[in-house]
Amino acid sequence: MSFFETIFAPGAVDIMLNIGIILIKIAVVVGIVMAHVAYATYFERKVIGHMQVRLGPMRVGFHGLLQPIADFTKLFFKEDIIPANADKPIFYVAPVISLLAALSSLAVIPFFEGFVVANLNIGILFILAMSSLGAYGIVMSGWASNSKYSFLGGLRSSAQVISYEVAMGLSLVGVMIMAGSMNLTDIVKAQEAYPLKAFIFPQFLGFFVFIVAAFAETNRTPFDLPEAESELVAGYFVEYSGMRFALFYAAEYIGMIIMACLASICFLGGWNGPFEIPYVPFAWLLIKVYFFIFLYYWVRATVPRYRYDQLMGLGWKVLIPLALLNITITGLIKILV
Amino acid sequence: MLPELFFGYFAAAIIIFSLIVVTRRNPVHSVLFMLILFFHIAALYLFLDAEFLAAIQVIVYAGAILVLFLFVVLLLNLKEETLIRRYINQWPMGVVFAVGLFILMFISVRSFLAGPKGEISSVLTGQSNVTNLGTVLYTEYLFPFEIASLVLLVAIIGAIVLAKKRLKS
Repeated sequence: MSFFETIFAPGAVDIMLNIGIILIKIAVVVGIVMAHVAYATYFERKVIGHMQVRLGPMRVGFHGLLQPIADFTKLFFKEDIIPANADKPIFYVAPVISLLAALSSLAVIPFFEGFVVANLNIGILFILAMSSLGAYGIVMSGWASNSKYSFLGGLRSSAQVISYEVAMGLSLVGVMIMAGSMNLTDIVKAQEAYPLKAFIFPQFLGFFVFIVAAFAETNRTPFDLPEAESELVAGYFVEYSGMRFALFYAAEYIGMIIMACLASICFLGGWNGPFEIPYVPFAWLLIKVYFFIFLYYWVRATVPRYRYDQLMGLGWKVLIPLALLNITITGLIKILV
Repeated sequence: MLPELFFGYFAAAIIIFSLIVVTRRNPVHSVLFMLILFFHIAALYLFLDAEFLAAIQVIVYAGAILVLFLFVVLLLNLKEETLIRRYINQWPMGVVFAVGLFILMFISVRSFLAGPKGEISSVLTGQSNVTNLGTVLYTEYLFPFEIASLVLLVAIIGAIVLAKKRLKS
């Protein structure tokens, strides 16, 4: 189905009905993801706390369970400070661009069979396009803040995101070749014929490249140079406060969730698992996504930060050649078998 | 009716944003309006059921080329640039030519004939746009496609040679 046909099926009543269904789906997806974002921050503090033999948040509610709500309330009511010489319109719009890019990627992710906001044929390309839009939010906030720290953070971050986007796109090409489609639902269905209903064994090279690139795309440790607190205070969002700061934070965590979803869908078989879990069609996807989110925290607590030239060297000299090798091997196997 | 409305909006928005891009004093603002412009162009591709081109438009133009523009613009000394006069003295001549070109296009549009639907249109083949495009590129137009990639390769090697020039001496 073409893009416009999915939205505008013939008939005026149908149009309204379709738009209504899409709006409800969007509300459900955004609501659930936002709840996950709130508790991902809590989970991160708890996991890292225990890995460093601390308790993590304990005060608000039972074992700190209400901490995200307290944090949100605080951020919501905080004063919104704008630096004196900032470029105001861009300063205002930058966090919105970041969040918009992150949220719109959610539209093409199938959470279980038949549940996807927009079943696009170019699902993977759409996510790549949106992640390249996200780089604008970062570079704009860095520039508009009119501060050296945030400008350097913004430049670093956009250079990093652009470099690793190439590796990430190329690592997914192997999956596209094997599935014969860029539609994420079709990719999950194509994996059913493979061992454990997943592409991870034939595509282990692509999986490795994708995971490393996903860490760099989302600016997480060991690639969190844009916000290296020892050099840049907090990188591109130093000057942001209150709700705008929270928007950047939410965009970062949504980005993590999207990368976790993409890894689960493209390499681990999405909503399919080794056995069926009754009544909860999205259970396997959820388990896989939680595993990847835990992996983010695990790596953050384990690995120190890279140096900037090492980061660029890894991206261009290791990951991209590996991804190209993966494409060549996958293509050869596809032709010969 | 609905498609016409959408097309009208995107066509008008593209013209308006193009004008905004060339009239901004601050080049960073120009680049940002160009970003919005590129997204509208991508939407026009969606209209033609060319979803692959729409995605590539955003990834390549908005995601790569425009970011390079932005890098260059960000590293300029904007405090001086924004004070310089933006238009040279020949602008009346430019306006004459632009209006002439506009009238010429306006006349020629009236004799415009809509072409037949292409053989590879997804409406006719029932396959996705990506499949159609791939099939045609790698069978019928393989030779031009390879030539285009060779030209790009030459450009890449040229860029590397220029960047490495100081190592030789």
